[in-house]
Amino acid sequence: MATTIGRTGRERAQLPGWILVPAIIGALLVLLPLVAILFRVDWANWWPLVTSPASLDALWLTLRTAGISTVACILLGVPMAIVLARGTMPGRRLIRSLVLLPLVLPPVVGGLALLMAFGRFGLIGQYFELVGIRIAFSTTAVIIAQTFVALPFLVVSLEGALRTAGTRYEVAAATLGASPTRTLWRVTLPLLGPGLAAGAVLSFARAVGEFGATLTFAGSLQGRTRTLPLEIYLQRESDPDAAVALALVLVVISALVMALVHGRTQHD
Amino acid sequence: MMPSVEHVDTNRPRGPVRPMRRGRGTRPGRRLNPLRALFAAVLAVGMLTTAACSSADTDPGSAEPRELVVFAAASLEPTFEQLAQTFEAEHEGVTVQLNLAGSSDLVAQISEGAPADVLATANERTMEAAGDFVTEPVPFATNTLVIAVNPGNPRGIDGLQDLARDDVVSVICAPQVPCGAATVKILNATGVNLQPASEENSVTDVLGKVASGEADAGLVYTTDIGRAEVDAVPFPEAAEAINTYPIAVLRDAEQPELARAWIDLVTGEEGRAVLAEAGFDQP
Repeated sequence: MATTIGRTGRERAQLPGWILVPAIIGALLVLLPLVAILFRVDWANWWPLVTSPASLDALWLTLRTAGISTVACILLGVPMAIVLARGTMPGRRLIRSLVLLPLVLPPVVGGLALLMAFGRFGLIGQYFELVGIRIAFSTTAVIIAQTFVALPFLVVSLEGALRTAGTRYEVAAATLGASPTRTLWRVTLPLLGPGLAAGAVLSFARAVGEFGATLTFAGSLQGRTRTLPLEIYLQRESDPDAAVALALVLVVISALVMALVHGRTQHD
Repeated sequence: MMPSVEHVDTNRPRGPVRPMRRGRGTRPGRRLNPLRALFAAVLAVGMLTTAACSSADTDPGSAEPRELVVFAAASLEPTFEQLAQTFEAEHEGVTVQLNLAGSSDLVAQISEGAPADVLATANERTMEAAGDFVTEPVPFATNTLVIAVNPGNPRGIDGLQDLARDDVVSVICAPQVPCGAATVKILNATGVNLQPASEENSVTDVLGKVASGEADAGLVYTTDIGRAEVDAVPFPEAAEAINTYPIAVLRDAEQPELARAWIDLVTGEEGRAVLAEAGFDQP
């Protein structure tokens, strides 16, 4: 049956009609709240609200930090994914689950954990403090928090891509006498292309949306640590219209990012 | 080698999920009818909602067990919990449901239709924001700001001016929340040029940053000091911004009489004693 679907495309397996009922309810659950935002937006004041200095500071800070976090995710996540997918060290499965933990960890817990590590009295943070580097309350803290939560997204997508690709080309390269490093650069990494793009875009989206860990670990100061989600959370206290206007911006950014990922997976 | 590679290639799934729309051959008579399914979905949601409503409607048949829903600022938690026990003891069959959150959150919930009988907020501005949803708010307590410092006050912070020192990491509430509004008022009145490391969303966040040692000092309410591992340094300029807590019966209260009885308890002798013990002053 599965092969029929995959091969010809003209012959399709018939789905039972009832399956659409829960599927549509599920889709409504996701889409209705997003549509509801559109109904609440104060369109007359939308532009002034999203272009206020506080909003622009938050938007610029968010894009900047999320961009840097994505680069950090790529630099660290690609080697991680390769080691996890191809490596043979013992306890790989355990390491894998631990490394992917931020995927399921409540963000506040992530923030606390980061504080315990990089805070003023943290495991590593105390030594930074000695040499005069303070991470808490800095933009660096925002980037660390975003990388912490976004990294697993990149690792998961890449690992999946690596497993799907299989090892036969690498084995062939090795048989033909290529060194491990050469095989990595010339065979493994090119194979990763589409998966890497999708993973990077997902990580970026996750970094843009990061909230809990940032609030706990980095604090909230305009232009330095107050990213778009924190700005929305704060504006909600005094100016719900501004919060809704900014929420729409965030939804649009996320939707664009998802469209980008989806477009890529459709093409391959 | 070659044949087996070919074989693997053709059978490899091309993507995680094949989209089931975009079907080219939708012939009449298929069982997939999106309109019918949508109708069924709406019907199912409708039935679920009706079921939920009717089950809620069944209990008020017996008049005895009643529930008083009190929406209160988070800073009132210990005092209102204590008063709720007193209230339940004095009114048979009554349960007090406390919903404790930031004042702005409470007002937002009420204006979105959350059912409540009483609203008590941490400042008058948030109560004004509740507008027509409340009737005749009365002030029942006041609270002032105090400097929270690390236990033992290792940085030797004596007053407001010290928060502006270069070697002191200070954290305050953002101007948008009640504690931040009070902070701004004091800073403006005293002319202290404070460069905070962070403007937090709530007193709890400020306390957390000071208690964890990430910040050396923060401005919080007197009544919050007991909630964390911090010491208090009172400062005279705090009198510039005395925060008044108002309490009111909701216009659409389901239990207006109980709501008034609750306010009588809070503003009465016992309420005043409990509030004073927690560090609140009387307006």
